[in-house]
Amino acid sequence: MKVLSNYFKSLFLLELFRGLSVTGRYLFKKKFTVMYPEEKAPVSPRFRGLHALRRYPNGEERCIACKLCEATCPALAITIEAEPREDGSRRTTRYDIDLFKCIYCGYCEEACPVDAIVETRVYEYHFEQRGDNVMTKQDLLAVGDKHEKQIAADIEAQAKYR
Amino acid sequence: MEFFISLWEALPSELQYLIWTLIKIIVIVAPMMLAVAYFTYAERKIIGYMQVRIGPNRVGPKGWLQPIADAVKLMFKEIVIPTNANKVLFLIAPVITLAPALAAWAVFPFDEKLVLADINAGLLYILALTSVGVYGVIIAGWASNSKYAFLGAMRSAAQIVAYEIAMGFALVGVLVAAGSLNLGDIIKAQQGGLFSWFWLPLLPLFGVYVISGVAETNRAPFDVAEGESEIVAGFHVEYSGMLFAVFFLAEYANMILISALTAVMFLGGWLSPFQGWPVLGPLFDWVPGFVWLVIKTAFFMFLFLWLRATFPRYRYDQIMRLGWKVFIPITIVWIAVVGLAVVYQLPWWFD
Amino acid sequence: MTLEKLIFYVLAAVVILAAMMVVTRRNPVHSALFLILAFVACSGIWMLAEAEFLAIVLVLVYVGAVMVLFLFVLMMLDIDLAVLRAGFIKMLPLGVVMAIAMAAELILIVRAENFGLDKYAAPARHAADYSNTEEIGSVLYTVYMYPFEIAAVILLVAIIAAIGLTMRKRPNTKYLDSTNQVLVKRDDRVRMVSMDAEKG
Repeated sequence: MKVLSNYFKSLFLLELFRGLSVTGRYLFKKKFTVMYPEEKAPVSPRFRGLHALRRYPNGEERCIACKLCEATCPALAITIEAEPREDGSRRTTRYDIDLFKCIYCGYCEEACPVDAIVETRVYEYHFEQRGDNVMTKQDLLAVGDKHEKQIAADIEAQAKYR
Repeated sequence: MEFFISLWEALPSELQYLIWTLIKIIVIVAPMMLAVAYFTYAERKIIGYMQVRIGPNRVGPKGWLQPIADAVKLMFKEIVIPTNANKVLFLIAPVITLAPALAAWAVFPFDEKLVLADINAGLLYILALTSVGVYGVIIAGWASNSKYAFLGAMRSAAQIVAYEIAMGFALVGVLVAAGSLNLGDIIKAQQGGLFSWFWLPLLPLFGVYVISGVAETNRAPFDVAEGESEIVAGFHVEYSGMLFAVFFLAEYANMILISALTAVMFLGGWLSPFQGWPVLGPLFDWVPGFVWLVIKTAFFMFLFLWLRATFPRYRYDQIMRLGWKVFIPITIVWIAVVGLAVVYQLPWWFD
Repeated sequence: MTLEKLIFYVLAAVVILAAMMVVTRRNPVHSALFLILAFVACSGIWMLAEAEFLAIVLVLVYVGAVMVLFLFVLMMLDIDLAVLRAGFIKMLPLGVVMAIAMAAELILIVRAENFGLDKYAAPARHAADYSNTEEIGSVLYTVYMYPFEIAAVILLVAIIAAIGLTMRKRPNTKYLDSTNQVLVKRDDRVRMVSMDAEKG
């Protein structure tokens, strides 16, 4: 009996018609596409986008050239060279991130003892020339200066989970 | 104007005939190309809607210019010919796929008198042409000198040969019922409203024909020839630019052809579904036959997209099993049934 | 020259050229493709001779099915041309003798005295509604009924024999049975268990 009913089912494609009815119903469902350039999806404070180097409120750069980020970077995207500055403090002379190598894992951010390197919410960026993919120290500081308010707020919001 | 008329009359009659035929061919093929372009748009929109997306909507109002943008893009792309490919065959293959898909329209009746070539063996002609279309795929796969392309070509060759038999048998049922190989006569044999069409007495053949039509055009869920997750893109991996576009055109032209043929064979072509009904019949008398044909064809075209949006791809051995062990027996049995019904003049359809 | 004659000569030239290519090409796949071209051009000639059923069936059966399978096999084979041509020189004299004998026989039989145009009247033209298909069908199922049916039965026997010879179940290979796969229900594979959460 069961064999018969199974034959009946497969011969008359019953299950296939059920599948068709599902997609048929979805044809008329409300669509929730986000119209990207005009509308944007909400971004989490933990979002890992473009990198930035931060400064202290007095304008001094935070980075102390400990190279923890360089050591932890799984993609070897970070290159750091350091020398003592005139005032004797240890600073970076070179801080490059190759964004083609970077996998946006956020380990550099986690490793940083002074919250200098962070990943911002910025995800709309592009390069127009070869070589632009390597973010230099100046580029990173500029990004940090531009988005400092947002970065500070995000770190504040996440502080209790760290 | 006078000048042109006198010029026309000065031409020899054979040349006149040739020019007339060429004009008719253009009148059929140009809208066909447009239909193909907007069929791709419809596909992206409808499948998008079924996946709760909205599909292309950026180029032009509501995305209406998307197919044109795609065409322009493909035309300006570079045509890459692989180093060890057989150049001549590589270039011919897309043309071989497209040509039969367009040539088959020659015998297609768009309305009672609207046929380019009203030949006796129209059905056979179409069967023969659709079977020639395989060569494009096989030659493309072989000439590319690439393993993925070759695998795709082998798969599609085996699949198309298998399903062609089932499809041919389904059409044998139709021509037994209609008693003619001429497509116009097949439609005329279905006179008399929705329930006089062949889909009802030939229901199993109808199902077999539609499903093997999907398999024959290498569309999902039978698209193992392309199988992008297993063999990249199958037989047309190595193609780019306009050559790829020609394959694309051929695939969609074939889909439209199969849809239109299904409408002719099983749904009475240009006939009105309410023909001879008491109230509705006269009410819809003003609708031209061509419109009914387009509506029926559009339904099957939609079905193609619907199937693609719904079903996962068949495994290769399942396709072979379905073709050889399920469809062919069903069609043979039903041809016998139809034969008996015609001989004993079963009432309603065959009396 | 009428258009019809022109078409005939073009098609005939294509057939002969393609047929010559079939035997002279080194690559078997090319040969097969030229054979297909010869078939198609041939069917055009048959069409001119008002044999539209045969012409279309030639394309349908030979081009559409037989040659596809042929190509299928040819493309899969890895043919070593060097081995094939190894005995060419040795066999050449025999081949030439055979070829001359064949050609002589053909010339003896097919010549103007036997098949000249004056021996045969031009076939009558038929009207547009003359159906070649119906004619062949009615002859095939009345006059040639028994030969036709016997040929069909022989073909069927051949198919069954071929399948019988090649089909063998090897004990160590595993086959998938689609029917069983389709019939599997969730309950056959999944067992719902309720258990207490582990104490961490």
